[in-house]
Amino acid sequence: MLRNRADLQHTREIYQQALDNQKKKILVCAGTGCVAGGALEIYDKLTELIAAQGLHCEVKLEKEPHDHSVGVKKSGCHGFCEMGPLVRIDPAGWLYIKVQAEDCLEIVEASIVGDNFIDRLAYKQVAKTYQTQEEIPFYKKQTRIVLDHCGQIDATSINEYLALGGYRALEKVLFEMSPDEVIQEIDASGLRGRGGGGYPAGRKWSQVKKQSEPVKYVVCNGDEGDPGAFMDRSIMEGDPHRMLQGMMIAGIACGAEAGYIYVRAEYPLAISRLETAIEEARAYGLLGENILGTGKKFDIKINKGAGAFVCGEGSALTASIEGKRGMPRVKPPRTVEQGLFGKPTVLNNVETFANVPLIIQKGADWYKSIGTENSSGTKAFALTGNIQNTGLIEVPMGTTLREVIFDIGGGMRDGAAFKAVQIGGPSGGCLTSEHLDLPLDFDSLKKAGAMIGSGGLVVMDEHTCMVEIARFFMNFTQHESCGKCVPCREGTKRMLQILEGIVAGQGTLEDIDMLLELADMITSTTLCGLGKSAAFPVVSTIKYFRDEYESHVLEKRCPAKVCQKLKRIHIEAELCRGCSKCARLCPVNAISGTIKQPFTIDADTCVKCGACLESCAFNAIKED
Amino acid sequence: MHEISDFREMDEIIARHGAEARNIIAILHDTQAKYRYVPRAVFPYLSKKLGISTAKIYSVATFYENFSLEPKGKYVFKICDGTACHVRKSIPILERLRKELGLSAEKKTTDDLMFTVETVSCLGACGLAPVITLNEQVHAAMTPEKASQLIAKLKEEEEHAS
Repeated sequence: MLRNRADLQHTREIYQQALDNQKKKILVCAGTGCVAGGALEIYDKLTELIAAQGLHCEVKLEKEPHDHSVGVKKSGCHGFCEMGPLVRIDPAGWLYIKVQAEDCLEIVEASIVGDNFIDRLAYKQVAKTYQTQEEIPFYKKQTRIVLDHCGQIDATSINEYLALGGYRALEKVLFEMSPDEVIQEIDASGLRGRGGGGYPAGRKWSQVKKQSEPVKYVVCNGDEGDPGAFMDRSIMEGDPHRMLQGMMIAGIACGAEAGYIYVRAEYPLAISRLETAIEEARAYGLLGENILGTGKKFDIKINKGAGAFVCGEGSALTASIEGKRGMPRVKPPRTVEQGLFGKPTVLNNVETFANVPLIIQKGADWYKSIGTENSSGTKAFALTGNIQNTGLIEVPMGTTLREVIFDIGGGMRDGAAFKAVQIGGPSGGCLTSEHLDLPLDFDSLKKAGAMIGSGGLVVMDEHTCMVEIARFFMNFTQHESCGKCVPCREGTKRMLQILEGIVAGQGTLEDIDMLLELADMITSTTLCGLGKSAAFPVVSTIKYFRDEYESHVLEKRCPAKVCQKLKRIHIEAELCRGCSKCARLCPVNAISGTIKQPFTIDADTCVKCGACLESCAFNAIKED
Repeated sequence: MHEISDFREMDEIIARHGAEARNIIAILHDTQAKYRYVPRAVFPYLSKKLGISTAKIYSVATFYENFSLEPKGKYVFKICDGTACHVRKSIPILERLRKELGLSAEKKTTDDLMFTVETVSCLGACGLAPVITLNEQVHAAMTPEKASQLIAKLKEEEEHAS
């Protein structure tokens, strides 16, 4: 238990010393992705092998220093998911990719006992080998400040966080700043909410602080339901104390004594890492009553979501914490006035809170020096889709799409051509090659008809059908509509029906106009953000890819050859040997013929399931 | 279906979270973890203990996707159909699993309560798309073939066990 400021500083020094004593450190990525690839097995094997070498293997930072100890740590997500499982060797900063359990012995012998780099486990690109993580182009172009610790520290140890200067910002807020000064600093930094809307965080905080109601709350939105986004998950899993610290600072600044974290149930690892972090912070007296002897009080509780996308919306989220159906309500009163349990509430998302300690520690001016004039700081994006280097990235606001997709992402896979990027999930829109030089910031994207949203960037190549993508998103929002207001409940259903018709080859030109009309109506009349943004993916795909919609309705053709019902499957007579394998496999008996003679497919009966395509040994069955 | 005659386990769950209406979602989570679904028999019991109507509990339990009022299989496959997985062809995997197990969009669980196949909107492991989970364990870079192998392996294990 840390009783005062000196205690905290002393503990930090002890663990700084302990960390310095670890002459070598192995960081095994234990983010969800690498765990799926077998990272935990690798971790166990490494600890075993190091001990077998007679070295002291330190899995938890220990107070008493050992000579020649090797720190073996489960870190958070390194971000380079495509290359996992990842293992980093410090202090050299070497990064080994696609590591398997069989590689562990060599890693220990060469890089831990010895000082040699293992070339075959290195990341290579065009005949160049990259030894250190920082040199790899994927990382080189990034500015990792919020994700700085992700992949660099043991995510399950408060001591390690303290050793790296953790809780300095909280210390400063408790002992050197008044609540007004804290809010002023956040305001001056220009930090805008990273959950999508981009509302200035400082303004929100000051609105909560000035409420006369004595009971106030801090709520962290870790619901992250956007398909294609996982940056909040990585922060919760990889650096949980950073976010907790942000919440504590918000609580102290606004006069709240209780904080709630609402996390998706689909993120069990994030939940358990947060639980550990909360327990450790509480045991140290950083959370709870009389924090560091200041008489201040703040505690945090975790609430598990239960699978409702709409709960990412503020009023729905607070209703869910209260044990109700997560349905949004009419505003005003806004959350800052009447939020959780009807009390004034600071509601920010994970990434927003994670930015707070940095701003307090390094100052608003430093923060403003990153990013653009009206969007300061960095933004974490989940880079996915048909791209070479998928993963989690962090770049200064204002970085262009081209830099993100081609420099960091390494361009398209398999030499395909870039077609579009879907940004901001179901609330966002699609951007095309004409937007590649668009700076990624709140205002530029809004102007282009998209939004940062939660930061999912799904890159699509020429083999993606934009009408089908629009249908996909509409299917998602329609399914997730809470059903409370009619425009959203019925409007999205109708839009989905129309889109389903178009991809099935039953659309008309009037349908496209009807989609735009419905989009306009839904956007202007629904209750909450889910409905207001539901039509964005449809509107942006019609705007930029109208020709694709027209091919579907006029020519009954899918240019990307994706829409199953518009496919034509035929057998090329010259190639067919008449083996009858396809005919036997066809579930609807659409294929017929005589053995050793070319077979034929009856287009009217064919359901385009593609079963025959895979079966043909002679590549005689073609799709167009 | 569970005929619950002994509510001691429910009492433990309630005690863990506190017998307050606001804790209903956490209590339902733990109930489901215990029985693999939310048995109807717990509704009147929870209603009495938490002081909220069964209708209200029902409304909460049916609103959230994670809660199932139908029993689920021993092995639950969740196929991620988030944007990244969708773009990298998650649907053929779903179709393969359904075909092998004789399931459909309407029928999600096999009659022997062994397998359940469902879709989820996003598992947040987009870098490894397409992704599926088998009882919370993530399987990355899936293909229809790998899915078939997974089922074959589980079936074989079950046969050995019996």
